[in-house]
Amino acid sequence: MNSNKPEDSVAIDVQSVTKIFKGETEVLALDDVSVQVRENEFFTLLGPSGCGKTTLLRLIAGFEHPTDGRIKLHGSDISLLPPNKRPVNTVFQNYALFPHMTVAGNIEFGLEMMGQAKAERSATVDRMLALVQMEELKNRRITEISGGQQQRVALARALAPHPKVLLLDEPLSALDLKLRKEMQIELKRLQHETGITFVFVTHDQEEALTMSDRVAVMSAGKILQVGSPRDIYDHPTDRFVANFIGESNFLNAELTKVSKGKGMIKLASGAELDASLPSDAPAVGPVSILIRPEHSQLTKRSSKAPLSGSIDNIVYFGTDTHFHITLETSEAFTVRTQNKPGFEGAFQIGDQVSLTIEPDAVQVLKD
Amino acid sequence: MSIASLLQRPFSVKRIPGFATIAIITFFCLYAPVIILVAYSFNAGTSLAIWEGFSLVWYQQAIANEAVQAAGLRSLALASIAATIATVAATMAGLATTRKRPFKGQTAVYTLINQPLMVPEIVTAVALLIFFAIIKVATGYQGMGYLIVAHTAFCIPFAYLPIRARLQGMDLSLERAAADLYATPWLTFKRITLPIMAPGIMAGFMLAFVISLDDVVISEFVKTPGQETLPTYMLGQLRRVVTPEVNAISSVLLAISILFVALFFFLNSRRS
Repeated sequence: MNSNKPEDSVAIDVQSVTKIFKGETEVLALDDVSVQVRENEFFTLLGPSGCGKTTLLRLIAGFEHPTDGRIKLHGSDISLLPPNKRPVNTVFQNYALFPHMTVAGNIEFGLEMMGQAKAERSATVDRMLALVQMEELKNRRITEISGGQQQRVALARALAPHPKVLLLDEPLSALDLKLRKEMQIELKRLQHETGITFVFVTHDQEEALTMSDRVAVMSAGKILQVGSPRDIYDHPTDRFVANFIGESNFLNAELTKVSKGKGMIKLASGAELDASLPSDAPAVGPVSILIRPEHSQLTKRSSKAPLSGSIDNIVYFGTDTHFHITLETSEAFTVRTQNKPGFEGAFQIGDQVSLTIEPDAVQVLKD
Repeated sequence: MSIASLLQRPFSVKRIPGFATIAIITFFCLYAPVIILVAYSFNAGTSLAIWEGFSLVWYQQAIANEAVQAAGLRSLALASIAATIATVAATMAGLATTRKRPFKGQTAVYTLINQPLMVPEIVTAVALLIFFAIIKVATGYQGMGYLIVAHTAFCIPFAYLPIRARLQGMDLSLERAAADLYATPWLTFKRITLPIMAPGIMAGFMLAFVISLDDVVISEFVKTPGQETLPTYMLGQLRRVVTPEVNAISSVLLAISILFVALFFFLNSRRS
């Protein structure tokens, strides 16, 4: 239906949305949030609990209405429509399957409410059951199937009416690790096969990185950064984002030059390195920089190295080893090295070492 | 058994010495009088204490007694009407107190709804007697309305408790899911909320029905002359010569109550 639309046309346009929950104390759940979700993309809202990601999802679904601002779906304002008038479906965290109906009855419910004819409905139900590989359990009661199977039924039920956007509220959090991994791949496949825009809410950074086309990292009712998983991981522009996704080394440095979106920083050792800058670049002067633990390597002590220090601790993780180092500036720094056969024992606790930094590894932070 | 293995096991009241004995004595004290009452309803003689052989004569006499018939039918009609109105009110109260976010004054509402359980029945009865007397003088109306209103009022909390319990066990996101799947608020109620809460409504109705059927204190105070219910009729009989006819009527009431309570537990245990 929408196949000839350009890839990046906007599905959901959240415009300066603020949500305040009034109660004993007023809670500012969303603080002037603006974000665009593109057609056919797997978009993830990532953040710790209480950051406002579920509130934003509920506003898109229609279970809550914005205190201020607007939400548009394909250009039309849906901010004040009730949920049953929005061509958007939700997969709930606890699945919210109807316990008094069968698997097929659950999947059929939305189609029936839309006023589809019986024959068309049964055809869609069968197609959905095939899509989530649940054909054999068609006539089972919801109470008679496992958690993983309920998850599939919840997906089929939400996909059956072919919504413009599918909202997923931490749908994998109740599953065990193995099933969760399977469902991550499954969800990606479903999104690809159906061509429906997915908005996925999670607090799990790995889930966000592996599944998403783009990720919005949220904290305290604000969106801090939006970008591809690689962007978010390699070039976090905010200390919170860097800390929330993966492990980080933060250092003090001096920004000496800014040109064409690239910068040059000077470390305490005097070494100068190229650095990526956040979109609203800070002025020349003291800044915080980020270097990921795996973007640095240990070498023998050398006076020319950008960073030097001594090894405090070595932690073996199977696939890799973490070296905890105290730099000469007494800042802490972690280096992660992938383990190779026969590499054991190259460095010992207490060794004086230097560090090399890979090109494009330095990111200047906003603060 | 070693001390170590004793300590490892969780505490259970069943392992306290004498548990079984105490349980048997308790159940005996509770049910022995009832069993004797039922047994003597089959007594061939007129005595409540001396067994003179098996007979259904008191049941026949009770059924043939026009006063018993009238009181019995009145009790059934009263219980049906009062329990129905009380169940409708309790269902609405249940929905209002469980299907929305907790609102200010919700605890006060719970207390108000459940107040009839706390206030001594005799106080309610006297209050109603005085209140209805004023209305009777003002309007001249003498009909069954007073009994229906009084029974409905004290049946509401009994109907409310199982309905609320059922609704509290029901996930709020079910209605959200229905709305999300294009159901209007009315269709959401009809297709999702009502079918899931139905066992609670049935249980509430049956509990209210039994409570109304068994009530004596409030009925005695509120009824106008000639409006005997089965329990008030029996109370009246006890003031005269007591025959096993009272046992027979009691046994029938008991049977109805047991049936309804059993149904109540059956419906409540069928939680999905």
